[in-house]
Amino acid sequence: MSAVVTARGVAKDFPSGDGTIRVLHGIDLSVRSGEMLLLVGPSGCGKTTLISILAGILSATEGAIEVLGQDVRHLKPPAAARFRRETVGFIFQQYNLLPSLTAAENAAIPLVIRGERLDRAARKARVVLDGLGMGAHADKLPKHLSGGQMQRVAIARALVHDPPFIVCDEPTAALDAASGHEAMRQLRESAVRPGRAVVVVTHDPRVYGFADRIARMEDGRIVELAEDAAAIRRMTEH
Amino acid sequence: MIRIALRMLTGDTAKYVGLVCGVAFAVMLMAQQASIFVGLMLRTAAQVIDVVDADLWVMDPRVIYVEEIEPLPESALWRVRGVAGVDWATPFFKGLTVARAPDGRLQQVFVLGVDDASLAGGPPVMLQGSVEDLRRPGAIVIDRVGALFIWPGEEPAPGKVLEMADRRATVVGIAEASAPFTTFPVIYTRYAEALRFAPPPRKPLSYILVRAQAGEDIDALAERISAETGLLALRWQDFAWRTIRYYLTRTGIPINFGITVALGFIVGAAVVGQTFMIFVLENLRQFGALKAMGVSNGTLLRMVLAQAGAVAAIGYGLGIGLAAVFFEVTGRFNVDLRGFFLPWWVAAIVAFAVVLIILVASVFSIRKALTLDPAVVFK
Ligand SMILES: Nc1ncnc2c1ncn2[C@@H]1O[C@H](COP(=O)(O)OP(=O)(O)O)[C@@H](O)[C@H]1O
Ligand SMILES: [Mg+2]
Repeated sequence: MSAVVTARGVAKDFPSGDGTIRVLHGIDLSVRSGEMLLLVGPSGCGKTTLISILAGILSATEGAIEVLGQDVRHLKPPAAARFRRETVGFIFQQYNLLPSLTAAENAAIPLVIRGERLDRAARKARVVLDGLGMGAHADKLPKHLSGGQMQRVAIARALVHDPPFIVCDEPTAALDAASGHEAMRQLRESAVRPGRAVVVVTHDPRVYGFADRIARMEDGRIVELAEDAAAIRRMTEH
Repeated sequence: MIRIALRMLTGDTAKYVGLVCGVAFAVMLMAQQASIFVGLMLRTAAQVIDVVDADLWVMDPRVIYVEEIEPLPESALWRVRGVAGVDWATPFFKGLTVARAPDGRLQQVFVLGVDDASLAGGPPVMLQGSVEDLRRPGAIVIDRVGALFIWPGEEPAPGKVLEMADRRATVVGIAEASAPFTTFPVIYTRYAEALRFAPPPRKPLSYILVRAQAGEDIDALAERISAETGLLALRWQDFAWRTIRYYLTRTGIPINFGITVALGFIVGAAVVGQTFMIFVLENLRQFGALKAMGVSNGTLLRMVLAQAGAVAAIGYGLGIGLAAVFFEVTGRFNVDLRGFFLPWWVAAIVAFAVVLIILVASVFSIRKALTLDPAVVFK
């Protein structure tokens, strides 16, 4: 299977006091077309930093990042913004829905960012929400939705412009076990398709079963890669 | 994205109303304080502004404001009449005296004496009676609000009498005059009568009013009069300014009032700037999410400016409307505030101030959004 995302020797320094502190050390990772890769590890090990670099939000200090053959590391801010709106779908732990827009309008935002009119875009978003069982809630404001429903709106927002790369940072952390499981099931079902790579950061072992592969990080390094069902099961039980 | 920006603004009704009200309040404060200040300054020149039929005021060059009269010799009138280009020149007496109402109460009044023959320099607007009635002996025209001061609780009307310098004066007409700074009633009478009502100084001639011949250049005529007579000839606008400048520079009133106006601007700026900055800062996370999803800085800038523009426009409209209504209503029902209005240029300056304040507030808050690390959305 071909790789959508390839990272080689990625390092990241953050300024700290007088000098810098290195939080990622020579990360090598690829995310393949049609797979869901889980990025796991203890808090502070660098998971968010790594997906921010892959998604063109942060730039790496060293190494090479390619998404669909495009060099992401050296993009200038405007080009990085274009890369993000055209290539990446985002799902955040805090959902980050705009409170004054309806579910359909929130899910439509990536289309509006690409220049579509809000009402036309919202009609398209409605179809995606329907597919996630959210059709009845399309006209509601976020404050009238449950956490699980908000996360499904966020999933619709990540899918609406059909990006080849989706990144999710702790999508279940703010949800109870049942809603978290349901959100992962829907993400797995609707987001994973040929030609697309999905990376999910989580520290919740109960959702490991949804992964095709799992990369485990510690202190800014990938220390273990589970590439088949048996390895994933071992990691879950560990 | 502009649509989304405006929806972000109006989404939280309470905050939106607060923001618009904040701007409206600030606009009203600025417009109202500045207008009252302008109105007060115009009052100092009320009697210059009220003479509508003369092109020039001629006076002793030492006069620095309208109340400080340097009497002219009678001969000055003839010398001015002799200058080429003068259509007519008439004497104008301005004095202060005490009027005694029939019930014995005393009231300080302005006495303005106009030319016996032409009545030039008379009241700008007659409400009751006719200026021509001034030709009757002992006749006076009094301003409406002045009549209310002298005869409280009575409808101003011709036929009332009062006493000035032990002489009986009969009201033959009611005029509308600009409110003077000192709020004294304004009494119009003929020049000859005025000299009897208000004990004149040794030389009685206060000012000379001049009308230029048709087609005459007023400024050139003023210069010619000054050159030929050694007197000072000013357009009414220039004399009004000279008077206002005196109050601006020589009295503490404008300074104190200026401080109030400045405070109005500062408080207004603080309210507008503060509320808008809080709005943007509260939405920083939303801007961060949009930025992460690929909204460019240019679009972000346009979004914040659209929000600022909407708040400024609606708040300004409300605030300036309230200020205008304030003057409209108080001017009608409160004689002390009559004549105060909202000059268009005060409205324009306030609009400029609001735009400036909102722009500064936007720049300060947008900086936060533009330099925002989109990574905050993962926090
Ligand atoms: N902007 C930053 N500046 C300095 N240090 C940072 C910054 N962002 C993250 N870090 C540090 O980098 C390390 C990795 O953080 P992060 O990627 O958020 O970890 P995780 O998502 O695995 O919990 C942490 O030690 C964190 O304190
Ligand atoms: Mg994290």
